[in-house]
Amino acid sequence: MADKVAFELVSPDRLLMSVQADAVAMPGMEGDFGVMPGHAPLISALRAGVIEVEGATDSPERIYIDGGFAEIAGDRLVVLAEEAVVVADMDRADLEQRIQDANAELAAAEEGEQRRLAEGKVAVLQEMLGVVR
Amino acid sequence: MANLKELKNRIASVSSTKKITKAMQMVAAAKLRRAQEAAEQSRPYANRMERMIASVASNLPSLDTAPPMVVGSGRDDVHLLVVVTAERGLCGAFNSNIVRAVRRRVIELQNNGKTVKLYCVGRKGQESLRRDLQDLIVEYVTLREFRHLSFANARPIAEQVSKMFADGEFDVCTVYYNAFKSVISQVVTDQQLIPVKLPDPEAVAAAAAETDEAADLGGAIYDYEPEENDLLGVLVPRNMAVQIYRALLESGAAEHAARMTSMDNATRNAGDMIDGLTLTYNRTRQAIITKELIEIVSGAEAL
Repeated sequence: MADKVAFELVSPDRLLMSVQADAVAMPGMEGDFGVMPGHAPLISALRAGVIEVEGATDSPERIYIDGGFAEIAGDRLVVLAEEAVVVADMDRADLEQRIQDANAELAAAEEGEQRRLAEGKVAVLQEMLGVVR
Repeated sequence: MANLKELKNRIASVSSTKKITKAMQMVAAAKLRRAQEAAEQSRPYANRMERMIASVASNLPSLDTAPPMVVGSGRDDVHLLVVVTAERGLCGAFNSNIVRAVRRRVIELQNNGKTVKLYCVGRKGQESLRRDLQDLIVEYVTLREFRHLSFANARPIAEQVSKMFADGEFDVCTVYYNAFKSVISQVVTDQQLIPVKLPDPEAVAAAAAETDEAADLGGAIYDYEPEENDLLGVLVPRNMAVQIYRALLESGAAEHAARMTSMDNATRNAGDMIDGLTLTYNRTRQAIITKELIEIVSGAEAL
């Protein structure tokens, strides 16, 4: 068994990154989960949140995604995300804009699942605003 | 006999037209390359998305509980046709081919007693369809201001179509676009978006086997999170955006290819025309010289 996970991040426009990592933490729709080599096959929806990549060379460690899907099979982890931004590249203005959008989304969201996701998104973004300067 | 000056002017005007068409052809060639690259780069996402859907669908306990986008609304009365055309003309029969196919389909559906609605993407299609089918056009989106297509252009369209479906405004949705087959050939393609045609798991597996990814997937039994039906419920709308994006990209590449070919033809025609005009010009000039010589000679003889 390989001791690395082949992690691929794909957006509709292109293949964003493809690295070997020790472990990757994912913001799953039903709770966060970590992926290490030998993870059971899984297809999961992802909510808006941060992917953390550990032990990969030449790779950003924290990537913000706006929701998506993850497929895990063997030692491969493929993440489909419509929008992905490296956290280190984000600036305050960008984040504030995103929070504004997320709040608008929250205001428009109906009760139940949709609302819960929108609330989660606002919370994640606000937390990030605290870290980014 | 044609006037020399007039001929000269025509030659000048045709050669400036030739310069323009030549330039347009070269611009189209450059844009085609970029469009092809964009189409190439969007493929991994589409492929993986399709594989996921196939995997989830093959594990559905039963189709009865699947989301309405997959099984349809149970009716077949109102059809929505999404018509993808170019923003600009001068690309041969590119736009008229689509419009013709759509017109034919509209008549066919109306003869069968169905209601038809049109969703136009691209200025050219809207312009020619509104002449006789104005009442059927429910939406019109132009992508004119975007220099490069990106997924962000496809998403609002998909969201709107999903919303219209959720509101019960139509039962079946089909997208019409020019598929890029090769530089010299574009194929008018219709693809049904709603109800979703689920990819056949075996076909997808066969396609994956041809690429690199067969090995670690073979027969894996997946866990799904959330459970299959809910997952399909989020996957399918996203996939629709992907399909629309693909249609836009294909259409974009096909448009540049069509423009390239038609501008190439135009350049060649202009060249032929210049040759013909130059020949007439030279003949006329010769005739005038001959006539003048005859006049001089016969004038001298008369003395």
